[in-house]
Amino acid sequence: MGERSEAVLWSAVAVVLVALAVPWFLWDDGRVVAGLPAWLWWHVGWMALAAVAFRAFATRAWGVGIETDQPGGGGRA
Amino acid sequence: MTALQSALSVEVGIVVGYLLAALAVGAVAYRLTENTAEDYYLASRTLGTVVLLFTTFATLLSAFTFFAGPNIAYNAGPEWILVMGLMDGILFALLWYVVGYKQWLLGRARGYVTLGEMLGDRFGATWLRTLVAVVSLFWLFPYVMLQQRGAGLALVSLTDGAVPYWAGALGITLFMIAYVVVAGMRGVAWTDTLQGLFMLSVVWIAVLWVLASVGGPAAATARLGEAAPGHLELGGGLYTPQYVVATAVYIAFGVTMFPQINQRFFVAGSKETLKRTFGLWPVLVLLLFVPAFMLGAWARGLGIQVPEGGNVLPLLLREFTPTWFAALVIAGALAAMMSSSDSMLLSGASYLTRDVYRPLFGAPDREALVARAGVTIFAFGSLALSLATNATLLQIGETAFGGFAQLALPVIVALYWTRTTRAGITAGIVASQAFYVAAALLPWLPASYALPVIGSWPAAVVGMVLGLVVTVAGSAVTTPATDERRSVYFEGLRAD
Repeated sequence: MGERSEAVLWSAVAVVLVALAVPWFLWDDGRVVAGLPAWLWWHVGWMALAAVAFRAFATRAWGVGIETDQPGGGGRA
Repeated sequence: MTALQSALSVEVGIVVGYLLAALAVGAVAYRLTENTAEDYYLASRTLGTVVLLFTTFATLLSAFTFFAGPNIAYNAGPEWILVMGLMDGILFALLWYVVGYKQWLLGRARGYVTLGEMLGDRFGATWLRTLVAVVSLFWLFPYVMLQQRGAGLALVSLTDGAVPYWAGALGITLFMIAYVVVAGMRGVAWTDTLQGLFMLSVVWIAVLWVLASVGGPAAATARLGEAAPGHLELGGGLYTPQYVVATAVYIAFGVTMFPQINQRFFVAGSKETLKRTFGLWPVLVLLLFVPAFMLGAWARGLGIQVPEGGNVLPLLLREFTPTWFAALVIAGALAAMMSSSDSMLLSGASYLTRDVYRPLFGAPDREALVARAGVTIFAFGSLALSLATNATLLQIGETAFGGFAQLALPVIVALYWTRTTRAGITAGIVASQAFYVAAALLPWLPASYALPVIGSWPAAVVGMVLGLVVTVAGSAVTTPATDERRSVYFEGLRAD
């Protein structure tokens, strides 16, 4: 996968993680599941999913969109 | 000794013991401190995963976690958990990469210590560096004041008024000056780690304790449903979709420009540290805010009455847990306030000495000494303000977050768009700040703006959009000045 399509893919993942961090489809819903509101369970699951996605990004694609290929330059300490 | 007095001495004893433990950690850190500005401000860029994670996390947390947040959950329902999830669990984590990793690479390559230095170097203008520092200090000051005020009020309520407000705020300020002056970033980071772990443990013990005495989460939630049925439903009242999104967005972006957070982008020891920290944000957010805010929400169904201006969490814990434990939680709240303020003092001082003092008076011979003087001046200045003001905690805090949020988009544009010009970014910063300051301080300007289709949005978000548009349009219609160095953000950025 090229750097560009990699960046597009991970940007799409980021957009989905942001868009559904609030379960909009449960708006006005007050159902209680196992002692907590259903929307709170969504939050628990979504944070866990985000942690997994971030972990995958960090191991597979870290540096996309930021690191440049010219080695050396910039007078790094 | 009466029962009340003995309870009081237990509470004070716990808080004092806690403060001494933090001071001891600071003293150990001091023994490793080298006498250079980079070591004092940035611990020589050596922090590891756990310390970086907790120092950033503890710095992010404030009185809000223990007081204002649970109060909102008590009054309006626990949906702030979702706001926090979007804000700190997702958006801040993404910005940790987009802004943080890029800044870390640049800081390592070019030795930057502050945001102002990074921008001033790229755009070839010392005055831009000073402008960014002055804007930051303008917003940081009231926020430090907020923390001192919160600490003062916490001590008043803990001791039932035996310690007056001014004495509490002064005591906490002196204590923070002591260990920030002595130990610098390393001391701050280590005590933050202690404080962060302490807060997490205390909040979980609190939730387990309260739930055990009321018969579990199902019983607590059922009682909340009887007392305030609307609180279990997602949305309603305070919580509109615009409120949830706007609050999460401007605070998440604002946080990245807060000096104490922004400076943490420079302190990681390695790329691995940043990578590991990145994936842990949603986990920490989940672990802290769900229990803290649910306690506030459940209190509504458990018959806790909160008087005007009171805080629900201490009242709930006094009802359901022993005195010594309620005192531990107050100590946890103090920890939250101190771990934010100590970092803010240190970063504020670095902006003051490097981006304001230096351009005016030249590099000092003994910068680490000037830095310590800066910490002291900063702390007493904000203490003086905290004794004079009477605005509510939340209002002051939100004003500061909105102010920092205005800086974020011009900076991000500069980091990623080569065509950004000095005139463009300056116009973007000045326009959005002017707009937001006016909206925040002038009573006849509206605090929110109704737009067709997408509804009503707060000035903080409108100002962010304005800053973005002005930065991009301004850059498009101007040409770069001859001393701008357009390539420095785009060359040789690797770290293996």
